[in-house]
Amino acid sequence: MADQTLPIPSSTQIPRAGTAAFMEWLHGWVVTVDHKKLGILYVVYSLFFLVVAGTEALCIRIQLIIPNNHFVTPEVYNELFTMHGTTMVFLVGMPILFGFATYLAPLMVGARDMAFPRLNALSFWLTAFGGILLYFSFIGGFGLYGMGSAPDVGWFAYAPLTAKAFTPGHNTDYWALSLIVMGFGTLGAAINIIATTLSMRCKGMTLFRMPLFVWLMLVTSILTLVTITPLTAAQVMLLIDRYLGGHFFDATAGGAPIIWIHFFWIFGHPEVYVLVLPVFGIASEIIPVFSRKAIFGYSAMVAATVAIMFISLSVWAHHMFTVGMTSVSNAFFALATMVIAVPTGIKIFNWLATMWGGRICFDTPMLFAVAFVFQFVIAGLTGIMLAVAPWDWQLHNSYFVIAHFHYVLVGAIVFNIFAAIYYWHPKVTGRMLDETLGKWHFWLFLIGFHITFDPMHVVGILGMPRSIYTYEANRGWNSLNMVISIGAFIQGIAVLIFVWNLIRSHKHGKIASNDPWDAWTLEWATPSPPPAYNFAVDPVVRSRRPLWDIKHPNDPDWKYEQ
Amino acid sequence: MSTVPIFADEEWRQPSRGMVAMLSLLIGESAIFTIFVVAYIYYIGRSVSGPTPAILHVPIFNTICLLSSSFTIILAERAIEHGRMRQFAALWGLTMLLGIEFLIGTGMEWHDLIYDKGLTVSTNLFGTTFYSLVGLHATHVIIGLIMLAIVMVFTLMGRVKQSHAERVKVLALYWHFVDAVWVVVFTVVYIVGK
Repeated sequence: MADQTLPIPSSTQIPRAGTAAFMEWLHGWVVTVDHKKLGILYVVYSLFFLVVAGTEALCIRIQLIIPNNHFVTPEVYNELFTMHGTTMVFLVGMPILFGFATYLAPLMVGARDMAFPRLNALSFWLTAFGGILLYFSFIGGFGLYGMGSAPDVGWFAYAPLTAKAFTPGHNTDYWALSLIVMGFGTLGAAINIIATTLSMRCKGMTLFRMPLFVWLMLVTSILTLVTITPLTAAQVMLLIDRYLGGHFFDATAGGAPIIWIHFFWIFGHPEVYVLVLPVFGIASEIIPVFSRKAIFGYSAMVAATVAIMFISLSVWAHHMFTVGMTSVSNAFFALATMVIAVPTGIKIFNWLATMWGGRICFDTPMLFAVAFVFQFVIAGLTGIMLAVAPWDWQLHNSYFVIAHFHYVLVGAIVFNIFAAIYYWHPKVTGRMLDETLGKWHFWLFLIGFHITFDPMHVVGILGMPRSIYTYEANRGWNSLNMVISIGAFIQGIAVLIFVWNLIRSHKHGKIASNDPWDAWTLEWATPSPPPAYNFAVDPVVRSRRPLWDIKHPNDPDWKYEQ
Repeated sequence: MSTVPIFADEEWRQPSRGMVAMLSLLIGESAIFTIFVVAYIYYIGRSVSGPTPAILHVPIFNTICLLSSSFTIILAERAIEHGRMRQFAALWGLTMLLGIEFLIGTGMEWHDLIYDKGLTVSTNLFGTTFYSLVGLHATHVIIGLIMLAIVMVFTLMGRVKQSHAERVKVLALYWHFVDAVWVVVFTVVYIVGK
């Protein structure tokens, strides 16, 4: 007999005890190996640093709002943009996406926990301590010799600027060490997700019945294995240079700083896909549910993802067109970069075809996901422009590049992170986020985003370089920079509304049902929030939409699926 | 109906999570070694001052020891699979001895290089790349030996049973990787680079 129903255990939300039980509550969170609690820790940790790095971005925008401004000193300005970039990539982007996967992947494949729960806890705490180590540099960057100083060498930390002679003190060491520590945490998380998706699936959950989010996280994790490790290796080389007197990046002893640039971008470019593939997965979960249709082209989606993974490993030097490579290398990396547009385009058309003819409900998660599709197309188009080597020679390290990658990192990734939080918040906490505040958040953030990043393309074409402290009044950049800074503050207000929404819903949010969106994947078959053991009985699935099969016993998916 | 429905009593097989995780870790480790190997190859002959790789002696005995430890650990895997625990303990111990010999050999080589030939990590590019690549590999040998020693202690306490064969195989996979990487490091450092 095939199982036709999944018994739903009763909710196990424990009422908050008084202050006497606080230590016990705290202890429970610190020693937990439950994938759901660790997932929440990841997300809360990342949201905290999202606010921190967002504040750093606002300081940068205040400094640039008018020409010849002196809101911060040049030294602090360098620290601000270094910490903004490093924080957003390593303390916000990766942990929040791996946090979503830690929470959702076991639920989606019908498992009771990750493959290695204790490794899971170790990975989170390594990531957390890496973040603390990075921020400790603000007070400990010079050790005992003087006042603190955060890393100020840019998030890509090009050699030879990182040599001991040019950055004395310990701030660069904090940067390298914290990234090594976080790198091991990320590696552990990636290994855990791979083992969970390959070895912990419930009965009937074949690879091609896994939800797309799980597929995308599997591919992301495999990519992470070969992406984060080169960075770790390069950081070890940097520390050997700085502490043991090595010569890896020391030009005076025959070393080549360009090797650092290669190694960094061998990490740095696939890293973009480590960040963007999970949000493709988020969009692929949300868009079908709010279009009331099954995803269009499931297997094409999987194939395109795997293609992106492989191609993304061969495009890194498009960050390096201006270092003077041979024209053959330039042509290779330009073409490889453009080839990525093909599988990415397949995904865009799949999402559009999913929406086409559907009964679209514009709840807040869907609003963010639709904005993502639109913005990601623009981000991809400017990416193709920058892949053209001569165009890149003109615009390299200008605000055009900044605008391009913020269109990816904010327009695609942050939008989908918000979509995911609105979508899964009822499952995780048992309470809905407020729709009215959500709509305010969405529209303000959308408007702020475009006011900020659309003019950045123009100011880049007008010649404004990235990472400059200030500029003269006669360059024609004044009004554009004013507009950009105003947009940044609109985004800041939107994020404050979001944070208020999160805090408010904790006590006053509408109680969520087990399946508030009428969705189809297994996590919605558990109570909200799910009990520690997830499923009272191991589920058995027969199609990609197990809950659809249960809700529509006369018209189940497994009758049609290939 | 094209889909094969899954019934509750049907057999449902998935790969071992330990093997999957170890293979994933080794893919990541390969990337780390690749970066160090690429740096080594790129910097061959770029040192601006002596000594050069010509001072290296090819560690043939060391290499034979490390590579044969892969064979002894395979025999140990077979022994535990068939429940021959005394044989397992002996072969596991032999594997460890071969690994320790490799480390001693490396230590003697480094002692000779540092004190007689005057090559340290800060001497020149050759020193930097040599010590970091060979040292990275030696670090992996040390980590492997620590894990082998833990299994050995539990074996001598009589806590390792035939049912642990799968876990032992996961650990052995790591040891095989350490040996395989030595083939690459040996080729690059002592044959190509010399």
